[in-house]
Amino acid sequence: MATVAESERTLYPYVTGSSVVALKYKDGILMAADMGGSYGSTLRYKSIERLKPVGKHTLLGASGEISDFQEILRYLDELILYDNMWDDGNSLGPKEVHSYLTRVMYNRRNKFNPLWNSLVLGGVKNGQKYLGMVNMIGINFEDNHVATGLGNHLARPILRDEWNENLTFEEGVKLLEKCMRVLLYRDRSAVNKIQISKITEEDCTVFPPFSLKTYWDFSAFKNPTAAVDLI
Amino acid sequence: MDNCLDFNAPHSMGTTIVGVTYNGGVVLGADSRTSTGVYVANRASDKITQLTDNVYVCRSGSAADSQIVSDYVRYFLHQHTIQLGQPATVKVTANLVRLLSYNNKNFLETGLIVGGWDKYEGGQIYGVPLGGTIVQQPFAIGGSGSSYLYGFFDQAWKEGMTKDEAEELVRKAVSLAIARDGASGGVVRTVIINSEGVTRNFYPGDQLPLWHEELEPHFSLLDILSSPTPSPMDI
Repeated sequence: MATVAESERTLYPYVTGSSVVALKYKDGILMAADMGGSYGSTLRYKSIERLKPVGKHTLLGASGEISDFQEILRYLDELILYDNMWDDGNSLGPKEVHSYLTRVMYNRRNKFNPLWNSLVLGGVKNGQKYLGMVNMIGINFEDNHVATGLGNHLARPILRDEWNENLTFEEGVKLLEKCMRVLLYRDRSAVNKIQISKITEEDCTVFPPFSLKTYWDFSAFKNPTAAVDLI
Repeated sequence: MDNCLDFNAPHSMGTTIVGVTYNGGVVLGADSRTSTGVYVANRASDKITQLTDNVYVCRSGSAADSQIVSDYVRYFLHQHTIQLGQPATVKVTANLVRLLSYNNKNFLETGLIVGGWDKYEGGQIYGVPLGGTIVQQPFAIGGSGSSYLYGFFDQAWKEGMTKDEAEELVRKAVSLAIARDGASGGVVRTVIINSEGVTRNFYPGDQLPLWHEELEPHFSLLDILSSPTPSPMDI
């Protein structure tokens, strides 16, 4: 007589966000994501904010099911609230938030009811820069640059080639934009409306959304079948 | 997560294809995205393929299937043209496409729009969807992106348009579908066919209108940040 709600588990995602890309730079962390929420193959929502600050020291970026991301934000709100209530001068840093989220994601996976997301966590606390990732099956790690979804295949190679310890803000932004542009060309679920955010020891800024110019002015594009002899 | 890069997934042209008749000929239009699963294998494909001098076909569905059907039709039409001694008619071309689609319906997954001009009936559009039905229409839409265009065409299509009106309609339609269909994207290609001949056009994103929630493109966020925002008391 098991009346356990078998229906209450995420079997497949409905509204999904695509890749998030992030890197460490001289003063902190830079993170970028587009504002698309796809409903299957339909580009249904074009103003979804997938980069959110958490507490004073952390930035969270999410890809995957948007409703699960919104639920995670609620959990984190509660976590930060309880942390503030101690009023002991200490506050949760990015490492701690990452650790918390890893436990949440892994435990949900063990119950066969995952939060269908890949999360990127970045921040700076006491001069220490931190950038990590955790996904729906609980895989987690930290690195100098991370990406989710197709970003792993398309953006990480660019970052491996061009990232260095001492990137300025401008260099970091240009590098992220290069990655986002490739994703725009080659990821079906990408949308041309991008948000970049930065977090440093002092503050966290989520910049206003903008669009990237794309390049189509190649003679090979205008006439792809020029070399083919017809009839 | 499923749906990740599967390079063995068949090349499918998600696609938006459109064909419209006007007084004097036809305008065919298509996007340029070919995807392998979620990866965009070709962002600048040419989905409007020539069958004869005066008849072209818009291809959707499986890239391989639509290419092979086009190749066979071109081959048979060539022989037919020699035998007939004059250019093939659009109707004969469309029927050849139909025969291949219908007789191989269990193996093929491709929807086609055949459009052209001949001296007997002028401009004509024939839709040949999955299964091999043939349907002559004043305008036809196909591919995954077409779902987003039924309402648009119900409202915007009119009898007796000029060449420029028809081309603008096609360009607008493909651009609207690209905005909402993840499987369509890239550039808009159009082909205009009439008694005078064939004209190919190419419209990249910056030459198309911006739709809802789309923003003016920039080279970089840095340009936006560094441009001074006008202060309230500026005259």
